[in-house]
Amino acid sequence: MDATLIADLLYTALRAGTPLALCALGVLIAERAGVLNLGQEGIMLMGAVTGFVVCTETGSYSLGVLASTGVGASMGLLFAGLTQGLYANPVASGLALAVFGSGLSTFIGSDYVGSPLAGIPSLTIPWLSKLPLIGKALFGQDPLLYLAWTLALVTGLVLHRSRHGLVLTAVGENPEVAHRLGIRVALLRTLTACIGAAMTGLGGAYLSLVYTPLWTAEMSAGRGWIALAMVVLAGWRTGGVVAASYLFGFFSIFNLLMQDMGWSMSPNLLAMTPYVFCLLALIILSGKGRFSARRAPTALGQNFHAES
Amino acid sequence: MQLQKRAKPARHMLWLAPVLAIMLTLLTGTALFAALGLSPLPVLKAFFVDPVRDAYGVSELLLKVTPLLLCATGLSLCFRARVWNIGAEGQFLLGSLCGGAVALWFNDENLAGSARIGAVGAAVAAGIAGGMFWAGLVALLRHRFNCSEILTSIMLNYVALNLLLWAVHGPLKDPDGFSFPESALLVDALLLPSVVDGYRTHVGFVLALLLLVALGVIGSRTLLGFQLRVVGESAAAARYAGFHEGRLLWLVLLACGGLAGLAGAFEVLGPVGQVTPHLSSGYGFAAIIVVFLGRGHPLGILLAALLQALTFIGGENLQIEFGLPKSIAFIFQGLLLFYLLAADVLVNYRLVISGDSVAQVQG
Repeated sequence: MDATLIADLLYTALRAGTPLALCALGVLIAERAGVLNLGQEGIMLMGAVTGFVVCTETGSYSLGVLASTGVGASMGLLFAGLTQGLYANPVASGLALAVFGSGLSTFIGSDYVGSPLAGIPSLTIPWLSKLPLIGKALFGQDPLLYLAWTLALVTGLVLHRSRHGLVLTAVGENPEVAHRLGIRVALLRTLTACIGAAMTGLGGAYLSLVYTPLWTAEMSAGRGWIALAMVVLAGWRTGGVVAASYLFGFFSIFNLLMQDMGWSMSPNLLAMTPYVFCLLALIILSGKGRFSARRAPTALGQNFHAES
Repeated sequence: MQLQKRAKPARHMLWLAPVLAIMLTLLTGTALFAALGLSPLPVLKAFFVDPVRDAYGVSELLLKVTPLLLCATGLSLCFRARVWNIGAEGQFLLGSLCGGAVALWFNDENLAGSARIGAVGAAVAAGIAGGMFWAGLVALLRHRFNCSEILTSIMLNYVALNLLLWAVHGPLKDPDGFSFPESALLVDALLLPSVVDGYRTHVGFVLALLLLVALGVIGSRTLLGFQLRVVGESAAAARYAGFHEGRLLWLVLLACGGLAGLAGAFEVLGPVGQVTPHLSSGYGFAAIIVVFLGRGHPLGILLAALLQALTFIGGENLQIEFGLPKSIAFIFQGLLLFYLLAADVLVNYRLVISGDSVAQVQG
């Protein structure tokens, strides 16, 4: 393996991990406040198709990305309206969102399958991007990836180092007490549901505008579900979520590596590997033992109705 | 206006909410078609009425209802015990793969008599075993490793789909199939007999109905049904009563896996007649909506499955008549579940106008 190949692998692995990281960060924010939204797959697909269609029609990447984020946020609002406003079962509401998003995105995108689009171009930061091995991977990526990293940093600071993070934790751990303390639980949960879904929508835009600049139905290929698992694996910590997502990004380009090493394997069996890795990771970390994950927010997925 | 918790759930709303949800879905559909520049009435007619206008259409509907009923029967057991098995799709696919593989092993023009019955029986048994194995993995991971069954069953769906794809591109591929990723066609002797000659509804539908009735009996007349409800309502109470939570977990998952696997084998031995990548139209997912819409009650499940099957067939019909993508079926299914979940608020809450002190006292 030569240096160029390693540089390319790192570059691609970071791109593969970014949509997952964006979605997982969104899930993390919402879950810290106790909001369990299983509809990530549908939101991501809607984000992907919206970004692609808007970008194709207007020719503007920024508009596409904005639209994806907006569609994501509005799906989050829909979810919050059902679960926070009408006290609907969150598991079923999330599944409805997943089915609906998958159907609607396929419907909207049916005229755009196979239509060409140049992806968002990569930046080349002078001098730094010429560094051996890591230059291209760290300093020659697209602007959305750097936006994702910024968002990860902000998420980490807000969740773990600020008063707002403590308030969110209170809402996620014990909404009754938070309510008695004067925190507006439903409002806060609605807000985190929207922010979380907006980030998942952005992750969808990354898929259809950067990672594979095209639209095909179901192109998210389970990333929304994997992101939900990543948050469990990472024990609801920002650093862990980002690390797990990028580790996963690396695993998901395993097939490229294997091709290069001259191993041949059925593409279908290879396509299975991310899910198998995910299952194995869940087994290792969910069990009772040294590596066991930290526990979930106590009130995760429980509805709260302020009686007074 | 605000929502006020009812002293106890309103029974009439349990039945009214689905009706309300269906009406709202139809209204939204009308608006959607109008927005697409189509005249809503003919489209809705093509969606919901035309597919079942004649006996053939009804038979096709019952054909689609069969896998939905089987999966929904199993899922309703799981959901009653609050075991969120989202993996009926994967269990269905593994059942169809195993059932199909065994059927292909016996695929011979000269199959007849007791050998024929044995071969069909073996294929069906393999389908059930495949589905049970897949669901058993979920039970094992939850029981032994404490992994969320939602996540593991979803991951296994993707693994099962890729296994099926691998099989039809590899070991099960028809050598004379012009490189299409499909198995050979099964001989007629291996296919399930029709209920009525000339129509495609097969004996699986009758079996699915019987199993649905069995579900009703188990749910309301046996200790097992009671235990499932207690585990679902309160795990702590179930432990206190000495019910074995782990055993019930295994039981509902294996039962659901077996039923989904059976549905998968029936698809291969019934309408499809070979192993293809597109064996399921998302029956495993649609069945989840069926259970919610039908309230886990056998009659409700039957009605919901009929409606859900109609959206599948209607979607295909719209594709033929109006050139609309058939994914429109999933939009309707998602909408229906949204509206149902929203309408369900009225089961446990009542709307009161703020300041209405009488309602407050009575509440």
